[in-house]
Amino acid sequence: MGLLSFLKEKFSKKKTENIESYSEGMAKSRHNFSTKLNTLSKKYKKVNQEYFEELEEILIESDVGVKFALKVIDEVLEESKAKRITDSEEINEILIDHMFNQYMEKGEQVVDVRFVENGPTVLLVVGVNGVGKTTTIAKLAKRYLDRKKSVLLVAADTFRAGATEQLQIWADRLNIEIVKGEYNSDPSSVAYEGMSKAKRDNVDLVIVDVAGRLQSKQYLMDELSKMKRVISKVIPNAPHETFLIIDATTGQNGVVQAKAFAEVTDLTGVVITKMDGTSKGGIILAIRDELGVPVRFIGLGEKMEDLKEFDLESYIYGLCVEK
Amino acid sequence: MAFENLTEKLSRIFKKLRGQARLTESNMDEMLKEIRIALLEADVNYKVVKEFIASVKEKAIGQDVLTKLNPSQMITKIVHDELEDLLGGGENEIKYQNNRPTVILLVGLQGSGKTTSAGKLAYLMKNKLHKKVLLAAADVYRPAAIDQLSQIAKSIDVPLFSKGVNVSPVEIAKEAKEKAFNEHFDVLIIDTAGRIAIDEALMNELAEIKKEVSPDEILLLVDAMSGQDAVNVANAFNDLLSLTGIIMSKLDGDARGGSALSIRHMTGVPIKFSGIGEKVSDLDIFHADRMADRILGMGDVMTLVEKAQEEIDEKEARRAANKMMSGKFDLDDMLNQMKQVQKMGSLGGLIKLIPGMPKITPEQQAAAEKEMKNFEVIINSMTFEERHNPEILQYSRKIRIANGSGKQVSDVNRVIKKYESSKEMMKKMEQYRKSGKLPPGMGGFGGFGR
Repeated sequence: MGLLSFLKEKFSKKKTENIESYSEGMAKSRHNFSTKLNTLSKKYKKVNQEYFEELEEILIESDVGVKFALKVIDEVLEESKAKRITDSEEINEILIDHMFNQYMEKGEQVVDVRFVENGPTVLLVVGVNGVGKTTTIAKLAKRYLDRKKSVLLVAADTFRAGATEQLQIWADRLNIEIVKGEYNSDPSSVAYEGMSKAKRDNVDLVIVDVAGRLQSKQYLMDELSKMKRVISKVIPNAPHETFLIIDATTGQNGVVQAKAFAEVTDLTGVVITKMDGTSKGGIILAIRDELGVPVRFIGLGEKMEDLKEFDLESYIYGLCVEK
Repeated sequence: MAFENLTEKLSRIFKKLRGQARLTESNMDEMLKEIRIALLEADVNYKVVKEFIASVKEKAIGQDVLTKLNPSQMITKIVHDELEDLLGGGENEIKYQNNRPTVILLVGLQGSGKTTSAGKLAYLMKNKLHKKVLLAAADVYRPAAIDQLSQIAKSIDVPLFSKGVNVSPVEIAKEAKEKAFNEHFDVLIIDTAGRIAIDEALMNELAEIKKEVSPDEILLLVDAMSGQDAVNVANAFNDLLSLTGIIMSKLDGDARGGSALSIRHMTGVPIKFSGIGEKVSDLDIFHADRMADRILGMGDVMTLVEKAQEEIDEKEARRAANKMMSGKFDLDDMLNQMKQVQKMGSLGGLIKLIPGMPKITPEQQAAAEKEMKNFEVIINSMTFEERHNPEILQYSRKIRIANGSGKQVSDVNRVIKKYESSKEMMKKMEQYRKSGKLPPGMGGFGGFGR
């Protein structure tokens, strides 16, 4: 039994809350992807060259990238030839299998923030401008507050107008403390202050909001590596986690972003935001493929509880299977 | 800049073709395949790529018989024309009303750069076109969005109309328009909240705003990093609002911005502006032809020249030129010259605009920019006399300057060396100038970076 049938069966029996929200959040994304796959199957009872070309189109239009798309299709082509499979629905199952396996083989699978045993756990949140860093930080803070952790926010984005205020509003709503600096002040000094406070108050989780930066700006990236050094000076081995926030609408530049950030920080995870739109966020598969960084959370909407643990099965199910 | 990688790819492909005498089906197929991949990697929409490739192929085969151009030239021209076709066309200027305020509505997804662009547009219209501009904050949803716009408005000295977050955006837009009318503003720019195109309630709100204030321009912000879905988003906004233009944002990153091609092609809406940096002055008018040139590696000389004209303080430049001619060029002049260049934006950004100079790594860029800063610190630690007569800089003075600026003596020596070589170059240039050999306007830019 292929993975697709397996998933269908599994999820028809056990409709977990998670799956429901994935289904809802990704309704639009799925609509395009699965409708296309289905239409394709109907159009071509038996597969041919053209079928694979259209398959390629579907994959590329999900932003998984040319390289990844071609690789997966080559594999599917090979397997279908070896097993003499020409039925289009079976081919689709092989495709899903391969996408799933590609992801699994690339490295470890973790989701939740890994807390250290003693002292504060430091989570650095990075990403380019406008991907939803601040909002995601608020959602993450809420998540761990609900899990009875003490959380401190550090507003180290001293560059963008209104950034600190935005985080302050979230801190007020969540009723947690926030360390912030003057507009245009040195973000590393804000980080230093934040770390010192976290240590003093012995909070469980410190989340550091860093200014959105285009990875092509060397000085901004330098500033980021400086901040990292400052943090580890106060709390050894910190930051323990560094999440890259990726907007689901991001195209192939997402891989470039991930590579650039991985050079200056040790990326431990990806959070994909804005998955409630029509974008399919296929870029996370390309990032996993190139760098092995696991997807940790997925943002399915604007509400606080719309940040979900990333679950590959649900993601692929949501992407490929019709309700 | 945005299309650099694509440029490199295409020029590599063209190079491959250069050695071959004529276009054959097979060598063209290989090239087209690579162009296809390059375009897809640049996030040009799959369908647009398909059409593009088909049309290039058709034209190339047709012309092969007719002309005697070499294959590389011919393909370059065909690809260029085709790209220009895709990007260009349409009315890409803002039409200003004469007897009433021109109302501009900015719309787009979350994080596409609306608020920043609102500030940039206001700055551009106020400072370059001398318009009386009013900004209106109609994003009542994102926390601190109004704070952000008010900080920007303050920094560019443009009034902001805001009613806090408890008034509906439609009401805010209406009142802002009334104010703009009553107080005789030339332009009203309304910043709206980001929204996904399938959020019916929020999309209806935009339709409502449109109905109430009937904007002259409705501009959609498109992030240069957008992927394949950008076309669907643009279509959704266009269907509902009949957009009058696109602003491409974040073109200063390394995203190749292929979505610009796709959206222009699929919606027919003209691209009017491009955001090229984080500073409030970093908004440029979109030039399709130049963008096509840039894609093909021909550089973007026009933008460079315009940028230079705009940013260089003419008086300052003339003073420096006079000094140069009188043979007196001191450290202050050198510093001024550096600052003039800096004003035009990052060195890297400038260098990328010059054709034939594509290879500079971010590290080199950063090093050159750092060097400029070091120079400034060191020169600032000198006395007036030292700056005007660098010849008097003996060892003891150098030690004092090094200590004062927190640098090493070797750093001070580097400044002096640079000064001497700049001075030498100035002399040569002056000789060239007298003999009329140097292209005008190219004088001041040489000598920086390494």
